[in-house]
Amino acid sequence: MKVVLQNLTKKFPGRGKNKTDEVIAVNDFTFEIPDGKLIGLLGPSGCGKSTCLNLICGLLRPTSGKIYFGEDDVTDLPPESRGVGMVFQNYALYPHLTVKQNIMFPLENLKGDKKMTKQAMEAKALEAAKLVQIDMLMDRKPGELSGGQQQRVAIARALVKTPRVLLLDEPLSNLDARLRLQTREEIRRIQTETGVTTIFVTHDQEEAMSISDLIFVMKLGVLQQIGMPQDVYDDPVNLFVAKFLGTPPINVFAGRVKGQKLYIDDLPLIDVPGVKDQEVWAGIRPEGFILDEQGPLVCRFGAVEVMGRDISVVSYHDACQSPTVRSIIDADNHVLPLEGKVRFSVKPHKVHIFNKETEERIRF
Amino acid sequence: MDYKNNKAWLYLLPAIIFLGCFMVYPLIDVFVYSFEEGYNSASQTSFGLGGYNYSYVLHDPYFMQAVKNTFLLVVITVPLSTGLALLISVGLSSIDKLKNLFQTIYFLPYVTNTLAVGLVFMILFKKTPYSDGLMNALIKFFGGTAVDFIDGPYWAKMLVLCLYTIWIVMPFKILLLTSALASVREDYYNAAKVDGTSRWRTFYKITLPMISPTIFYLVITGFIGAFKVYSDAVALFGTNLNASEMNTIVGYIYDMLYGDSGGYPSYASAAAIILFVIVLTITCINMLVSEKHVHY
Repeated sequence: MKVVLQNLTKKFPGRGKNKTDEVIAVNDFTFEIPDGKLIGLLGPSGCGKSTCLNLICGLLRPTSGKIYFGEDDVTDLPPESRGVGMVFQNYALYPHLTVKQNIMFPLENLKGDKKMTKQAMEAKALEAAKLVQIDMLMDRKPGELSGGQQQRVAIARALVKTPRVLLLDEPLSNLDARLRLQTREEIRRIQTETGVTTIFVTHDQEEAMSISDLIFVMKLGVLQQIGMPQDVYDDPVNLFVAKFLGTPPINVFAGRVKGQKLYIDDLPLIDVPGVKDQEVWAGIRPEGFILDEQGPLVCRFGAVEVMGRDISVVSYHDACQSPTVRSIIDADNHVLPLEGKVRFSVKPHKVHIFNKETEERIRF
Repeated sequence: MDYKNNKAWLYLLPAIIFLGCFMVYPLIDVFVYSFEEGYNSASQTSFGLGGYNYSYVLHDPYFMQAVKNTFLLVVITVPLSTGLALLISVGLSSIDKLKNLFQTIYFLPYVTNTLAVGLVFMILFKKTPYSDGLMNALIKFFGGTAVDFIDGPYWAKMLVLCLYTIWIVMPFKILLLTSALASVREDYYNAAKVDGTSRWRTFYKITLPMISPTIFYLVITGFIGAFKVYSDAVALFGTNLNASEMNTIVGYIYDMLYGDSGGYPSYASAAAIILFVIVLTITCINMLVSEKHVHY
């Protein structure tokens, strides 16, 4: 089921006496989510991604705009008539019911000709439980389950009535690092097996990039960029997107373009054909650095962090926005600082430049 | 380890001394009194041990009247006040505007003196040579005949006593229930909404189990409190409760201790022990029932 948002806007009234400072949580969203894809809504906290999810779910009513599931206009439908399954951030499993009762709960609500017999409900619940591999825990209470198992129960409960769209709100945030890796693969597997259009919200870019078919990057209620994870990473539209994606984050320097060359220090870094002379932000991905004794970028050496596969060189540069410059280099290299300095050259396709004022990407 | 234990006991000592002197010792003493026949508190003598005190109390028509009144009061007021309090709390938690105002209004009876409330109830219900009282005025307005609620028929007096007790115990229940309702996470309701749960089912299947520990607490304390009602009856019907047929078990015990005839501590003790056994039984039944229906 494809999901289409059309000029979707949600405003929250401001607090206080004057009620002037109205908050626009979702600002004029127009996009289409293709059928059967796994979508990551990505942004820092407070950017309106959960609001967007709640709008799609129907728990919130939009201020203006339309939502379509396939060809159906669902904007004015209550959540239960939309056919959505939702997994809440802290799962919202009913603590006094067993796993089985939790999973069967949505089915017991069905009325009229959709009403099911007890046997049919139990079969359906077992099917959903098998899909998420918790069929051996059916008689436990949620309090007796681990975080990862609770997560699975929540997914099973969302899937049991075969929703048209599955929504997950920060599905991995309550899990520890190892479980998070495992569970995100699990979500991908379940999504592939069921083929249900899935939208999940996260502030963790790694999470979003690793399993999504498409990611939607948001900032302060405004959609910044839509694309396949690798494309967005390689080709950010502005400084915000560039900074938000990637760990360690991109290194941003105050630089300038002169004679179609990019300068940070005195030596030209790369050629930027067709760009006018101006002050710019130059972003260099950590993996874009090459150790080079004659390199044009001269940093004060800080430390070397060994990460096994690679090493991370921490250094300092006055033009850098953040206090440290982080570069990731193959572990075969040896870092030999000369007089406390370390010099780099860069891979041109790992360097992006941005307008100093608008922070929009300048392409070359 | 031993030293640590000693220290712990040292910290507990003040409480243990006070509880021992003013709770444990009197409890044992009451138990002993209740079996001493013909005990005289002035000479501190008795004729010996036996069950006569119990036999006397159980055959005393005033005691049986008190037991009947108390049981009626318990059976009527505990479910009604808890149910009403639940209803009001659910109402309170689902309104936005004026919520604090209503919460304050509903809490007012709790901070009002029992006797002052009794006075107000008198004005509402008492029939005097000069006026019929507000309630009777209302009854007459709708075409009924005036009833004396304070000195009139038994059912009328019981009605007023029940109303009074319910009114007195409600604020505390509302207070606890509203805070219990507020502590149910919004997520559960959202999840239920997404799954298309009807309002009644949401309340019955989610809200009630979630606040069941509070309800259970209120029912238990409600039962115990209602069994111990005394001041409410005094506030409405004066101190001579036997005459007005409105005595309660605690009232009977009080009368036996300090009544005009000089005091029968043995009978009072026997009645107190009987009350204790009743309350214990009821609480145990409550506990057994709750095991199935209360979710912590």
